Amino acid sequence: MENIGALALLLAFCISLYAIVSSVAGKLKNKPFLALSGERAVLAVWVLVTAAAGILVYSLMSGDFRLAYVASHTNRDMAPFYKFAAWWGGMEGSLLFWSWLLATYAAVAVLTTRKGYRNLLPWVIAIISCVQIFFLILNNFVASPFQVLAQDQVIVSATDGQGLNPLLQYWAMVIHPPFLYLGYVGFTVPFAFAMSALISKAPGESWIHTTRRWTLVTWLFQSTGVMLGSAWAYHVLGWGGYWMWDPVENASLLPWLAGTAFLHSVMMQEKKGMMKVWNMVLISATFFLCIFGTFLTRSGIVQSVHAFADSPTGPYFVSFLALGIAAVIWLILDRLSFLRSENELESLVSRESSFLFNNLILLASCFAVLWGTLFPVISEKFSTEKISLDAAWFNRLMVPIGLFLLLLTGLGPLFAWRRTSVASIRKNFQIPGIGSLIVAAALIIGGMRYPYSIISLSFCFFVAATIVLEFFRGANAIREKSGAGFFPSVVELTHRNTRRYGGYLVHMGIVIMFIGYSGHPFNLTEKFDVNKGDTVKIGHYTLRVNGLTEGDTPNYAWEAAQLEVSKDGKSLGVLEPSHRFYKASQQSTSEVALRSRLNEDLYLNYAGHEGDKATIDAYVFPLVSWIWIGALVLIGGTLVALIPSKVARSYARTEVVGTVRTDVKVEA
Amino acid sequence: MRKYWKFGALMTVIVGSLVWLATAGISSSQSYYKTISELNQMGPTAQTRHLRVSGDIKAHSITKADGIVKFTLVQDKLALNVAYEGRDPLPDTFKDGSQALADGRMGPDGVFHAQEIQAKCASKYAPKPGVAPDSIQKQVQGSKAAYGS
Repeated sequence: MENIGALALLLAFCISLYAIVSSVAGKLKNKPFLALSGERAVLAVWVLVTAAAGILVYSLMSGDFRLAYVASHTNRDMAPFYKFAAWWGGMEGSLLFWSWLLATYAAVAVLTTRKGYRNLLPWVIAIISCVQIFFLILNNFVASPFQVLAQDQVIVSATDGQGLNPLLQYWAMVIHPPFLYLGYVGFTVPFAFAMSALISKAPGESWIHTTRRWTLVTWLFQSTGVMLGSAWAYHVLGWGGYWMWDPVENASLLPWLAGTAFLHSVMMQEKKGMMKVWNMVLISATFFLCIFGTFLTRSGIVQSVHAFADSPTGPYFVSFLALGIAAVIWLILDRLSFLRSENELESLVSRESSFLFNNLILLASCFAVLWGTLFPVISEKFSTEKISLDAAWFNRLMVPIGLFLLLLTGLGPLFAWRRTSVASIRKNFQIPGIGSLIVAAALIIGGMRYPYSIISLSFCFFVAATIVLEFFRGANAIREKSGAGFFPSVVELTHRNTRRYGGYLVHMGIVIMFIGYSGHPFNLTEKFDVNKGDTVKIGHYTLRVNGLTEGDTPNYAWEAAQLEVSKDGKSLGVLEPSHRFYKASQQSTSEVALRSRLNEDLYLNYAGHEGDKATIDAYVFPLVSWIWIGALVLIGGTLVALIPSKVARSYARTEVVGTVRTDVKVEA
Repeated sequence: MRKYWKFGALMTVIVGSLVWLATAGISSSQSYYKTISELNQMGPTAQTRHLRVSGDIKAHSITKADGIVKFTLVQDKLALNVAYEGRDPLPDTFKDGSQALADGRMGPDGVFHAQEIQAKCASKYAPKPGVAPDSIQKQVQGSKAAYGS
């Protein structure tokens, strides 16, 4: 069985090589049938990698403990759900998962674009296959998922596996890697299209139009993945941290930042023919950061101190990145004349300028995160001392950056192209501006003393107000014309230009997330050693220990505390934080108990016991729910932006929100 | 060219203030990775810097008293006594035999006062190729299935 899987991977490797040769040769020698066989080869690779993945999943599900991968990532008593998730629970499996996703994306790209973009497709196939070959080299020769356990040349079977890391046995962690990987892998396709356009000097912006949906869907996956990781950390790690600037978290944030910059600056190219070189750089940076992210999470180069780190895949990733980056730089430099800008910047207060600064800030933050993450590696190279930077450093830098971006989120979309008139500034920003000052004043008078929270909340008001005003004005214009109700008008407005109003919703999601982040300085933390019957207090809450219990399941043993929560003498029910000890992996996890409300979360962690005294970590986290609500709004907004607009190309400019202008000729 | 100076100026201000944010007070955010033997050689400078030390948690060395967790880190037969005085609860992976990374300062008492502890089970996170996990008590030899027996 595992022989068939390994053979399939080996064949996939050969056919990927063939795909490159045949499509490039077919294109250069102008032999359509050769190019066509390249397309078929991509489909064949998908079949083969799927077969290999299917065999691995079957082995995981059926518990074939002859395989080293199965034995080290599953055990008999694990739930089938988690056995399946073990596919991406370890290095070998997750690399195979990468290959499989890439093969799937490649097949979908071939099937959906082969009608219209025949001229680009051979190059696209060649580039995707190069990436696929890299991962198949890892799958075949470096980190094979089909290694068997053997003793004296005889294959042996372990009696039971070690089990999946218990921290990963949590629903958000099961779907977090697939989302992140869908995002990581997905950027390969827009990257391949961009490079193909560059290689073949394809005229126009067709690669952007072709890949807009890809990019947006990929970005959606990535955003979801990042937020799931954040939610997982909050719910599982036992002390409510949702972002720690851990290298692995940073690895997921880096391509997101670059991808977000790309999504914005690509509009400049679509509408104005500007920033062409920049967009090439951004999409390449995003792609390489995706590879880098995979490398960072899989090689342990940074978080590890000397001894932790020897993954066999490291040198391969570094070589691939170096080769790829060098090739892209050469290609862009060689084609500079093809990427000449068609327009120039005119005014500081213009849409163009706001895109420019949005890009600058996103890129700067991306660089800062990269620098901070790699600081141990960099410092070791240049000073022989390995030095790491703590979360405080990241916060000192990233909180102001985040706030500035938040402000731009409000300003940018309302600036007009080319230059913005004073009248339009007054019209768009008077109410939000005054309102945000009132919010800030009210917070200060109300006794708030954390400058960042005050700035954040007042910016949140500002941005939210500009967005609401946009919807309001646009919907009103429609209502006056058609006489429909207000809400149908909002829907109509959004439907007419889903990109614009979907984008506003995404911005609204970001605003809501920032409301959640603003609550951070007000967190309360207490640690209690309690006996049954004790009563302790945190914030407005009173906790009474009703009992301490324990139990056993085949997979894990558990202990729990029953805590009756009351506020102002009124009972709010019983919370039951518990602690699990997983037998196969000999590791324990905390199952925190949460009382989540819009104003604050009460967060209880059972940290263990000594004799009959249990240790409870209690926290109150104000406003945290808004982070998750904001993430959902962001996802919803992105989905709206993916719906085709009802009115094609009605790119209404700022002055005429939501109405279709027939007097303006929009460039094709 | 003239109209670009405004953009240039604003960009310089932004990038400049970011660089200032990144460099000002960076020393308080830095911590130096040291092995236990390097730490022993540092002498008195060890007490002035923020350090990160890694090692294996010695079996049965973890004790708890008055909210302070004490344990011993071992690396290459060298031992280091650590007292964890941080606020956050210890990670679930913190237990006898796991690899730990202690972040803190060396005290004049020869005890390392950690503010933060990271721990992981070595065999889970960095599986060595061709070597089976420790709990499988068999001498194992990795072989690619395609070439295996």
